[in-house]
Amino acid sequence: MRRVFAREEVCIACRLCEVACAVEHSESKHIITAMRHEHPKPISRIHVEVDGPFSFAMQCRHCEEPLCAQSCLTQALRKGEDGVVRYNPDYCIACYTCMLACPEGAIVKASRGTWKGVAKCDLCPDREIPACVAICPNEALLFGEAWEWEAMQTPAEPPILARGGHRA
Amino acid sequence: MPKYVIVGNSAGGVGAAEAIREVDPCGSLAIVSDEPTPAYSRPGIAELVAGAKTVERIVYRDDDFYRKLRIETYFGRPAVRIGLAERKVYLEDGEELEFEKLLLATGGTPIRPPMEGADRAGVLSFTTVADALALRARLAAIGSGAGGEASRVLVIGAGLIGAACSDALVRAGVKPIVVELRDRPLNLLLDEPASELARRAMVKAGVELICNATVKEVLGRPDDDRSVGGAVLADGRRTDCGAVVVAVGVRPRMDLAAKAGLKVNRGVVVDQRMETSEPGIYACGDVAEAYDCIYGGNRVVPIWPGAYRGGRVAGFNMAGRSALSEDATVMNTIKYFGMSLVSAGEINVGGQDGYETLRRLDLDGPDAGRYRKVILKDNRVVGFVFAGEIERSGIVNWLLRQKVDVSRFKDKLLSDSFDLIDLPAELRRAHYGEATISQAQRQLGWGRRLSHAASPRTNGGIISGN
Ligand SMILES: Cc1cc2nc3c(=O)[nH]c(=O)nc-3n(C[C@H](O)[C@H](O)[C@H](O)COP(=O)(O)OP(=O)(O)OC[C@H]3O[C@@H](n4cnc5c(N)ncnc54)[C@H](O)[C@@H]3O)c2cc1C
Ligand code: SF4
Repeated sequence: MRRVFAREEVCIACRLCEVACAVEHSESKHIITAMRHEHPKPISRIHVEVDGPFSFAMQCRHCEEPLCAQSCLTQALRKGEDGVVRYNPDYCIACYTCMLACPEGAIVKASRGTWKGVAKCDLCPDREIPACVAICPNEALLFGEAWEWEAMQTPAEPPILARGGHRA
Repeated sequence: MPKYVIVGNSAGGVGAAEAIREVDPCGSLAIVSDEPTPAYSRPGIAELVAGAKTVERIVYRDDDFYRKLRIETYFGRPAVRIGLAERKVYLEDGEELEFEKLLLATGGTPIRPPMEGADRAGVLSFTTVADALALRARLAAIGSGAGGEASRVLVIGAGLIGAACSDALVRAGVKPIVVELRDRPLNLLLDEPASELARRAMVKAGVELICNATVKEVLGRPDDDRSVGGAVLADGRRTDCGAVVVAVGVRPRMDLAAKAGLKVNRGVVVDQRMETSEPGIYACGDVAEAYDCIYGGNRVVPIWPGAYRGGRVAGFNMAGRSALSEDATVMNTIKYFGMSLVSAGEINVGGQDGYETLRRLDLDGPDAGRYRKVILKDNRVVGFVFAGEIERSGIVNWLLRQKVDVSRFKDKLLSDSFDLIDLPAELRRAHYGEATISQAQRQLGWGRRLSHAASPRTNGGIISGN
């Protein structure tokens, strides 16, 4: 399965991924409407962490052994046959055990009126490429198989530099 | 073809069944349960009492789960004996199930402390769907929520199950009286300051909490002596109530194992493969006494994630893929009464020799209700309690389970904003790759080997190997 990987060497902490994620998971999927007129404001399931010049974007890794789903007290979090770890709010009892279990800190609280639950990356089921990857101007977020990513970390050739630039 | 039999259809049993089927799609697999229903979320029964969810919404797996995994189900049928020599499990109704590998995921039985009048109608437990439905029916019968002393509910125990029950009652509009034997609520899960936060939250929610107390006798109603009308505490105090919920915890249900002569202590003793003293027979979950990586030995840890993950390890081993339970330990979240609390590992060892306690507490100030405590031993996290900000607690839990030396960044652990970026770069990178490649794949040298064949490029954020 393809996942999203982050490269801290080329992340500039622009936080466009956070905006794109929030908009993608909003009701209107329209940036102005989503950010200005939707209540509660849509939340991003990716967060950029910054420490001085260092930064990177963090989101669910869709683990091979997902501790969140293995710890979930209900069946709200489950790993699908395709490897994607999905959240179904209908079963959630907002116990937050997943937050204590996830080694990445990739699960955030969410609420809507009296409903309480969580939110996490779903790899954007309505899109071919996740919104965060599509918007990243520096290819600091990459979408691919885990082995492709691993191969990039130990290149046979000199490191491949990212070809930056915006895309449609 | 191996025959797998699992007794117990809950977190542990389901965890094992899923693992077995990942390895062995063919062997026959049976699950036995004395409960009549498909697996459900045991903690979820509180939602039934609160009226927040229906039975259909607390199921642990969808309808087609057993069919898809080709599991024969024996529901509503207690297992009464294990025949070691003939390798059979005997059910109460006479059915005999042959096994090659057996898992005991029988959980716990609610503890019923002795008290007079405990057989009166309206004295209930709180561990099954049937218990929750009985409590709801009782609430309806006594007109609870409509006020009046006899319509109050007394809950015995302010531990995890007692807190779950009393929170559900509050949400259902009933103000419970909670009687706790020890001096503070949730004393097994929390340290003193966190218990104090819990106490305040309970009282604020309208719970009448009576600590250092026990119930001596359950009284009948003036108009019907067989039905609960009140209770007398050990110190002589009397209170009116229309129901008594005994929620002091569970004890490992190890009669099957004990009768068969398996090694038992506080629970059924298992090794790190979750195998009992009898080869081919495994145990997990609330019934098992298994390895705890922080405690450094075997003990009973009655938590849902532990049952599922222990079941998963057992299932792999049963199906022939070796697996070890190496990083299991206690962890809990408490969301009751509007609280946001997490705890993991050893949390009540502060002050003892060799332990270092990092602590930040604000009981009454502007940050009231925020609390962070981390306990270290040899610069490794062995326990922590957080109240308030808990979203990144999983990272600290990872440090704890992996026994990471935190000396270089321990000052940051108490910060509400502690995050992955606070880890040293090389630790962060090791951590980063870990999740997405399984251990088996890594042993094969996956990425490294492939890197010579393919030189992946990126285009538009997509990695493409060519
Ligand atoms: C109200 C409540 C709230 C809880 N909240 C939390 C929480 O917030 N977090 C947490 O981590 N844990 C919580 N727990 C604990 C958690 O539910 C248990 O740790 C977990 O259910 C253990 O799973 P298990 O598979 O070991 O056993 P169980 O869930 O106890 O299941 C064992 C099953 O085996 C069946 N069985 C036993 N013996 C036989 C037999 N001889 N023949 C046939 N069937 C048999 C039983 O009837 C039962 O269905 C809570 C528990 C309760 C009751
Ligand atoms: S939420 Fe966390 S534990 Fe769950 S799959 Fe994603 S990274 Fe893994």
